[in-house]
Formats: sequence, C-alpha cells, structure tokens
Amino acid sequence: MAKTPSPQELSKINHEPSNDGWMEMPVDFRPGTWCYSGKASALETLELPNPREWQPTDEDWKLPDNWETIIYEGFRERLKKFRSLKIFMDTCVRCGACADKCHFFLGSGDPKNMPVLRAELLRSVYRKDFTTAGKILGKLAGARKLTKDVLKEWFYYFYQCTECRRCSVFCPYGIDTAEVTMMARELLHLVGVNINWVLEPAAKCFTTGNHLGLLPHTFKDSIESLCEDIEDVTGIHIDVPLNKKGADVLFITPSADVFADPGIYTFMGYLLLFEHIGLNYTMSTYASEGGNFGLFTNNETMKKLNSKMYAEAKRLGVKWILGGECGHMWRVVHQYMDTMNGPADFLEVPKSPITGTVFENAASTKMVHITEFTADLIKHGKLKFDPRRNDHRHVTFHDSCNPARAMGLFEEPRYIIKQVCNNFHEMPENTIREQTFCCGSGTGLNTDEYMEMRMRGGLPRASAVKHVHQKHGVDLLSCICAIDRATLSTLMQYWVPAVEVSGVHELVGNALIMEGENERTTDLRDEPLEGMEDDE
Amino acid sequence: MKILFPLIAVIVLVLVALAGVDGAHLQTLFGIYIPYAALAVFLVGIVLRVIGWARSPVPFRIPTTCGQQKTLPWIKADNLESPHNTLGVIGRMALEVFFFRSLFRNLKADYDENRTGNELTYGSAKWLWAAGLAFHWSFLFIFLRHLRFFSEPIFFFVPFLETMDGLLQIGVPRLFMTDLVILAAVTFLFARRIVSPQVRYISLPADFFPLFLILAIALSGIFMRYITKVDIVSVKAFTMSLVSFNPTLPKGIGSVFYVHIFLVSTLFAYFPFSKLVHMAGVFLSPTRNLANNSRAKRHINPWNPDVKVHTYAEYEDEFRDVMKAAGLPLEKE
Repeated sequence: MAKTPSPQELSKINHEPSNDGWMEMPVDFRPGTWCYSGKASALETLELPNPREWQPTDEDWKLPDNWETIIYEGFRERLKKFRSLKIFMDTCVRCGACADKCHFFLGSGDPKNMPVLRAELLRSVYRKDFTTAGKILGKLAGARKLTKDVLKEWFYYFYQCTECRRCSVFCPYGIDTAEVTMMARELLHLVGVNINWVLEPAAKCFTTGNHLGLLPHTFKDSIESLCEDIEDVTGIHIDVPLNKKGADVLFITPSADVFADPGIYTFMGYLLLFEHIGLNYTMSTYASEGGNFGLFTNNETMKKLNSKMYAEAKRLGVKWILGGECGHMWRVVHQYMDTMNGPADFLEVPKSPITGTVFENAASTKMVHITEFTADLIKHGKLKFDPRRNDHRHVTFHDSCNPARAMGLFEEPRYIIKQVCNNFHEMPENTIREQTFCCGSGTGLNTDEYMEMRMRGGLPRASAVKHVHQKHGVDLLSCICAIDRATLSTLMQYWVPAVEVSGVHELVGNALIMEGENERTTDLRDEPLEGMEDDE
Repeated sequence: MKILFPLIAVIVLVLVALAGVDGAHLQTLFGIYIPYAALAVFLVGIVLRVIGWARSPVPFRIPTTCGQQKTLPWIKADNLESPHNTLGVIGRMALEVFFFRSLFRNLKADYDENRTGNELTYGSAKWLWAAGLAFHWSFLFIFLRHLRFFSEPIFFFVPFLETMDGLLQIGVPRLFMTDLVILAAVTFLFARRIVSPQVRYISLPADFFPLFLILAIALSGIFMRYITKVDIVSVKAFTMSLVSFNPTLPKGIGSVFYVHIFLVSTLFAYFPFSKLVHMAGVFLSPTRNLANNSRAKRHINPWNPDVKVHTYAEYEDEFRDVMKAAGLPLEKE
C-alpha cells in the first residue's frame, strides 16, 4: 500500500491545466489514487459478469473478447432506459460553472476531475457511437473511439467521483454527474471492471444482511455489549428487540452504527431515545443494513439489497419503518425504494405513537428519517434535555451529500442540535446545506489503498472545519451519515487533528434527561462532562 | 486549432455566400432554397430530438434538492428550491429558464495553501451568469423584433419591443440596445473561453463555432441596419413572399443581406445537431423538472427489473443454528 504524502506535500495543488489536449493524456495509475479490483467471489455472489483475478496496474485487464460490443450495446440500452443519460449527454454547453465545484478537482487539481470533463470522458464516446456529427466529424465534434486506454480512464475517473451531486446544484441544465458516474459504472460492470470495496460489502449484504458480514448472533452480541456500555454511563438497562413480530416500528440503521467507532455512540443515542419514549420497535438481523452499496454498483444490485427492508417489515408485521442516520441509504430510501420495491401497501402511513403526528411526507414509502421523528418529539415537548451535558464540546454540523441534495433534509438535524447543545457554530455558507462538501470517500471509496485521493477529496470539507475550529474552537463535527462518521474521522486526523466526529443522536443521548438514570458524569464516550473532570 | 478551425469555417461560410451571390448569381439558391431547407431541417431536427429524449422514460425521481423538503408542518418548506408540488416545479423551471437560477449560484474557488485555517474560499462569480443572461435575452429580443419582417399586420408586441429596445433614442435609424448587448455578451463569452485556463481546457471547436457564427450574424445585421441602411421595404416584401410561399427575390438588395440570411440558415440547420439543443433540453432535465415528493407519492419505473433476492427463508435456512443458539426468534424450529 502506498505511503500517504504529508498534509504539507498534499497542500501543493495547481488548479491550472496545461495546454495539452485532454484526449491524449493517458492515465497514470499512481498508488494511493485507485482502488483494488473486485474479487471474483464477490462478483459471483452478485452474479456480475467476468469474475477473474486482475488489478488496475496490470497491462492486460482480461476483458471479454467482444468488450467493445458489450459496452456499445450496454450504452445503447441505457440511453433507451434513462432519459437523464440522453439529456446529460446532449445538453452540456461546457460553460465550466461546475469546474471548481468538485471536491476532487479542488483537492487534486487534476483537470479530468472537473465534472464537465469527467462527463466528457463518456460523452466523447457517445458522440462517436451515437451522434451524426460525431460519426462524420470525429475529433472536431469532440468525438473519440472507445479504446482500452479510454476504458482505463473511465475506471480511474468514475471511481474518483463520489456521486455527491454538488456540481449539479450549479449546472444551468441540472446535469448530474452522479447520474453520469452511475451509468459509467454500470457500463464498466458489464465487462467486469469494478472495485472490491464496493462489491465485497454488497456481496456480504446480500448473504448476511449487512456490509460487515456480521452473522445474526454477532450482530446481537454487538448490540448487547453496547447496551452494557450504556448502562455503565447512564445506569439504564436496555434490551433491544431483534426480529420481533408485531412491533409498531422496524428500525433500520447502517450496520457500522452497531460495530464501528464513532457510530456506536450514535447508536447508543437511538437506544436511549427509544427506551425513554417507550417505543414498541424491533431491529432485524436479516435487514441489518441501512446502507446500500448497490447504489454504487448498478440499479439491479441496489434493488436486490434494498428489497430486504420491505420484505422484513412485511414478515414482522410492523406498521412502518424508521431509518437511522445514513447518507446514501437515504438517497435510496427517498428517491428509489418505493419505485423499485413498492408499493408498500402492507404498511400504514407512519404515525408517531408518542405525538400522534402523521408523517404525510412519507405516506407512500412509509419510512421516516430519525431526525424527522426526533424533531417532532422535541417540538411536542416529549423530551427533556440538559444541553450542558454537551458543553464540553463545540459543535458544527456537516450536511451529508445525499440527505442534503437528494432529499432536502436541512432543518431537522439543526433543530435537534440547537436543542441539545449550547455551543453550535455553522461552517461558512458556501460549504453547507445544498452547497455542502463531500467527505471525499463516499460511493465505496473509503478504502485504505485510496488514502491519498480521500485526503485530497476531503480537503474542501476539512478546510471549512479548520476555519470554525480556529475561529470558534469547534472540536466536534456532527453529521447524519455512517460513511461520514468513519471517513471524516480519518480526514480530521489528517487535516484538523483536534476535531472528532459524531452523529446527531449521540448528542441527543448525552443531553436526554431520563427517568431512573444516574447522575451523568461522562458522555457516551466515557469522557468527563464539563465541570466533572475532577470526578474521574 | 480548436479556435482557428471554427473561425475559418465561419469565414468560409461568409465567402461562400458572397461568391454565390456576387460571382455565381445564385440569389435564388441563397435567398429561397437554402432558407426553406434550413428551416425544415431545424423544425424536423428539433422535433425528432425532443421525441428521442421523450421516448426514454424517467425511471427514478431524482430532483437535485437545493432547499428544505416538505416534512413537518412547522418546518418551512422551500417550494422553489425543493418543490413538493406542480406549482413549485413550474416556479423552479421558470426561474431556471428565464433567470438561470442555478448559474446565479456560481462561485469561484480561491485556493491559497499558505493561508492559515481556510485554504479554500469561495468568492462571488456572477459574470458568467450576467453575460449568459444578457446574451440569451438580447438574442430573444432580436429574434422577436425580426418578426416585423414576417407578419402583416405586424404582431402587436413588435412595436412595443422596438420602443423598449430603442429607449436611448440615439441616431437614425434608432440604436437598439440589444445590438450592443449581444456583441458585448458574445465577446465576453468568447474571451472567457480563452482567458480562463480551465474553460479553455474544456472547450471544443463546437463551443467556438456557434459563438463565431452568432457574432457574424449580429455584425452583418448591424452592418445592414446602421451602415448600408438596407431598403427595409424591399426586404419586407421579400420576407413576406417567403412567408406566403410565393417567393419573389428582392431587387437592389446588397450581398450582405444574403450573407446574413445564409448564416442564419446555417445556425438553424446546425441547431438540432449541436449543443444548442440545450434550449429544449433544459425543460426535460429530470433533476430540475420533478417534484421532490417521492416518499409521499410512488413514482413508477416502466421497466422495473425482476431481480434475484436473498429471501428471509433462505437466510434462516443458512443461519438457523447460530440464530437458535443466540435465542433469536425463528420461523421454523
């Protein structure tokens, strides 16, 4: 694995492209900027084509003999199936408004990371194969032939896009590079070109129900051990119902919340909340994953993995589904689930059993975001907080890409944070809400061999955090995404080491005043509260 | 090369028209056949293009949300940036089409590795938006003003537009502001493609060609109106003869007029095969023209695929022993 350059070395970035034409510039598979290939076993589990041993640095990628035909036919099929692809191939005027909106371009200066050029990688082949002008005029019309080098370029750059959609906010035609990247990755899958960090979690999710491959008993053990930690901090004993039939609500969250620091503290927050309000809920070991790496694979795999949510809700006979803090999970739930696996006519329109609020916004999908649920509880005065229990932290909020730009979830988490924290500071306005910056490791790029690119892609986010860290002493970056919780922690250690990362419900869990609890002297991380340092 | 070639192409077009009219006396070809053919290509081409787009379905509801979704009643929803109903979508599209809302957000990132704390800052960058808006609106004004030549009686709005456009009351014939604005805007858009290293890098010949073509069209029009002061009455008689499909060539009209007509014809014919289709495409963009209501109302995918799933029954069969040992409920003991 490549040694990651130091922050000082990485800071030297040149955003001015050379004068050479981009079509002739070959890809340099520099260590630290690409991910390992998908393992044959994962491809077999997911029934994806061309499972084999290979690596991107190999000269021969062992493509099928007729790979050009496969890509051509696949492209044609997708043009017929997705209006978005056709429109996005045809309408770009290369105004360049998107150029400096991409975190990977800002962090690397590589011109092919300008969203317009990333799309041109595909568009140039589209022109050659599917447009009259491109067929006749060739390069003059911006067309070029698909070669093995072009395919390698696709692999390199469509795995340097995290489908965060920031460029699409600024595009006058709404061209969405996430959509272009999804199509390109689908095409690459047709010839067996893909990365392991997406496919192995997807394959594990298919067989075990979660990305980490936790077997049912391990999943249960993990939760029980977190419940012990909760009891140590709060004195409250919690039993988490698993696979329970007849509960009101099925709760689904990313499996990382159950297993990985710092997501586990967010998970503790959920459990304390449910215990406090006496929610009749269950979790499932079968549908034990909120996240969906199928979104980063192809639409069929996304549908396969997502199907477990409704299937399990139906089997357990719950009324509706509550979803935890996760970014791309919510893109799938909000924009795809009902279309793919609905109609969920066996469920009821979600109604909070505590406040009676009916979530009309989820009337068809029947799935509510936990920040919507909690914000409603707070508004109705059902929760009492002692925000001083978060006084040892100065908090900012990172809008995760998908809840921001594929859902419009901005106010609920902020409302909650302001109720449970006294020290909240927003990052600069061009780096939050719909203009938020990606963590740099989304869409399955959060793997170690890719560390240099991750740190580059995360630079814009880190730069904004550093700003509020220096200005307001911010030392906690809260967010509503499991990938963020994992990747921003690494990013902060690299760029702004004094800042830690948390979910929103960790802060809720800290501040929530519960019946029968011990006097809190530490937060859920077992770190002393402000004024309690002496008691340690 | 990518600048020179389109420039040469436009110069050649001008020379072809001049040679055709002055040298070969092909007035009928350049004045009648080519304009009719270009218009036909434009109409058929653009209709086919839109039909081509519309034939592909929109499988998923994928609006880019730029404002608060509609959720709880006490949280203010942003119906323009994250529309939850048709009215909101119409509002969003209107802002996009008439005022280039998304482009208005444009920023310029400024990177300074030596700045302590915030290496990256984002400054306002409204010039592209302003020039783009100025260009498109002046183009529309000029296009509509030209309907004076294609209507009898003249469409009611044309004199109004002319009055507005000539508000400065300079010169005879009166100076139209849009003539200056379009020249300035096209010049800016061209200069930007050369001066900005990033935009220069991404630009293709197909980005320069329409700029040169439109510039040449504007210049030839301005030349006729303000300098040679073309005989408007003859021109109108000719254009009306085109409209009534009884074409009669004008007498005593200079060759610049034919150059102008030929370049406009080229633009029309080129339109459906180029990036200029963004004019129609913007209306069909699924990230902008769909309501953000996919949890409230089911969106249908006409080709929703059947996929092989891993069912709970299979899962329990595979893990029954460990589930039983862990005390998890089972369907089959």
